[in-house]
Amino acid sequence: MKELQWEKAAGNGLLNRRHLLQLGLTGLGAAGASAAFGQDAGAILQIPEWSRMPGANASAYGERSRYAGDLQRMAGTPDPIYPGGGSSRTPLQFLQGTITPNALHFERHHAGIPDIDPAGHTLVINGLVRQPLAFSYENLLKYPMVSRINFLECSGNSGALLRGGNADGTAQSLHGLLSCAEWTGVPLSTLLDEAGVSPEARWVAAVGADAASMGRSVPIEKALDDVLVALYQNGEPIRPGQGYPVRLFCPGWEGNISVKWLTQLKLMREPAQFRDETSKYTDTMPDRSSLQFTFPMGVKSLITSPSGRMNLPRPGIYQVTGVAWSGHGAIRRVEVSADGGATWAEAEMQAEPGDKALARFTIPWEWSGGPAVLQSRAADSAGNVQPVRDEVLAARGTISFYHNNCIQSWGVDDGGAISNVYV
Amino acid sequence: MSMSRRTAAWGRILALLLCAGWLAPAGSQEARIQLGTPIDEDQLSGFDLIAAPDGSGMPPGAGTARQGRSVYELNCLRCHAVNGEGVSGNTVIAGGDMRSEESPLRTVGSYWPHASTLFDFIRRAMPADAPKTLSDDEVYQVTAYVLFLNGIVGEDESINSETLTAIAMPNGDGFVDHSHLH
Ligand code: HEC
Repeated sequence: MKELQWEKAAGNGLLNRRHLLQLGLTGLGAAGASAAFGQDAGAILQIPEWSRMPGANASAYGERSRYAGDLQRMAGTPDPIYPGGGSSRTPLQFLQGTITPNALHFERHHAGIPDIDPAGHTLVINGLVRQPLAFSYENLLKYPMVSRINFLECSGNSGALLRGGNADGTAQSLHGLLSCAEWTGVPLSTLLDEAGVSPEARWVAAVGADAASMGRSVPIEKALDDVLVALYQNGEPIRPGQGYPVRLFCPGWEGNISVKWLTQLKLMREPAQFRDETSKYTDTMPDRSSLQFTFPMGVKSLITSPSGRMNLPRPGIYQVTGVAWSGHGAIRRVEVSADGGATWAEAEMQAEPGDKALARFTIPWEWSGGPAVLQSRAADSAGNVQPVRDEVLAARGTISFYHNNCIQSWGVDDGGAISNVYV
Repeated sequence: MSMSRRTAAWGRILALLLCAGWLAPAGSQEARIQLGTPIDEDQLSGFDLIAAPDGSGMPPGAGTARQGRSVYELNCLRCHAVNGEGVSGNTVIAGGDMRSEESPLRTVGSYWPHASTLFDFIRRAMPADAPKTLSDDEVYQVTAYVLFLNGIVGEDESINSETLTAIAMPNGDGFVDHSHLH
């Protein structure tokens, strides 16, 4: 046990990689290992049944293995007062890597998902331009495209945790308005150049073709920088819930500025002051002033496993893993604590973190069987460090709930049950 | 094929593409794809619904709160209830006070910085179960009514593009623009 002491990376069981490898070699195994081996190291292995007969034929559209678990988004119940309004959340705790499968990408709609026939869809650019233009979907597909892997996060994500109270949920229910995909489309700057942006134009008002004609204003600097008129998501045409046939995509910025079902871009001197950039998506501070146009999503991370409502079956080794992201750049570092923030150890990144993309971190942890509080803390390439909840509360109070990027704490009790806790 | 004949062949292909409108020359060297169809702002009068604080995009028309009461009863009451009291958290559209001791109730009257947003939003998105079914006059009327419920205009004040955009909302100076901080 003396050896174990110096191999520890931080308090309450966080280990460094070297230590984990050593445990493997000395045959201690991992609590999460498969039943075939970990449970019964003496078993004589056999060629399994499925290796003795032909399998199913190739199929037109792939399905997950029936043994892989039932991965579902979590959608709210429909409300007749709010037709089509609501959201569905990504099951973050069951995913690995950084790309969200399209069928599990989170959604937030203000008036439902329109059933758009692209043959009847038009994208108009007007306002302060040399020449107003209309683009058909067919013609948009003919432009040279670029691809970017970027996260998308609703600015209301994790909002319930600021107010405290009963937030006994899962990574999905508390933080599932977060996804990451490869977005492919035409740089907005290409289309704006074609229309000829007039020098007085400072904002681009973007409008969707849904029943709410959702609108958001984008500053011209961003519009000419990295914004996409996106047509593809992870290689296939954008799905209806993500804005088929075409959506705006503003990397790193609060989700609803990436207007779905994009049908109009109007160049203006001032913001349009849409309802969804005044009444909503604004943050009222304790002094009752309200912050408007808080665009980049703050640096943030989240342990996805083990996480809320999971159970650790027995003391032993676990991989603590999660995702980190920042609207200000790339993730530089993620630290993990198992003692509620008293001591921290740096986690490994599973791949080189991308700009404004999810990054996956992992660190081995030996659960002693006693209480623990697991936390992760991210830092980004712009020098921002993820704050603790108390810092966020001290700075902004609890009147508003958007743009919460505080550290999530998962409490582990002596029985191994995990739940959201406030520390 | 000699070099010059090959160049000539490419020249003909490029010329054909240009005629078909597939490519348009931009500058002396490069050819760019330009596939937007030129249109007139006139063609957008029923399409561009953006009604901004500077009055741009506000259509002709006018209405008073007295006229708007019946528009409200027919089209809004079922979800926003009597006096805009709402039937759920997100349907309260009147009342509130940003200076209250407790967490303030934020509504059109207490929170919204611009009156134009009310016209803009109702015209594009309300009634939620039948958006874009009101005439522009009806939108002005019901806009006046919601402002009246919030004590911002009188019952017989005529609301049109000019009077609407001249309104100073109670929380008009309550917002801090963060857009430069990125
Ligand atoms: C079927 C129910 C329904 C009807 C009918 C309806 N609304 Fe709404 N209204 C809503 C819902 C739900 C919201 C919140 C939408 C959201 O948050 O995306 C809303 C939001 C609003 C808001 C913005 C509230 C805020 O603070 O952001 C206004 C103003 C409004 N409605 C006015 C009207 C008017 C005027 C009418 C009648 C012409 C009307 N509504 C009819 C359901 C309805």
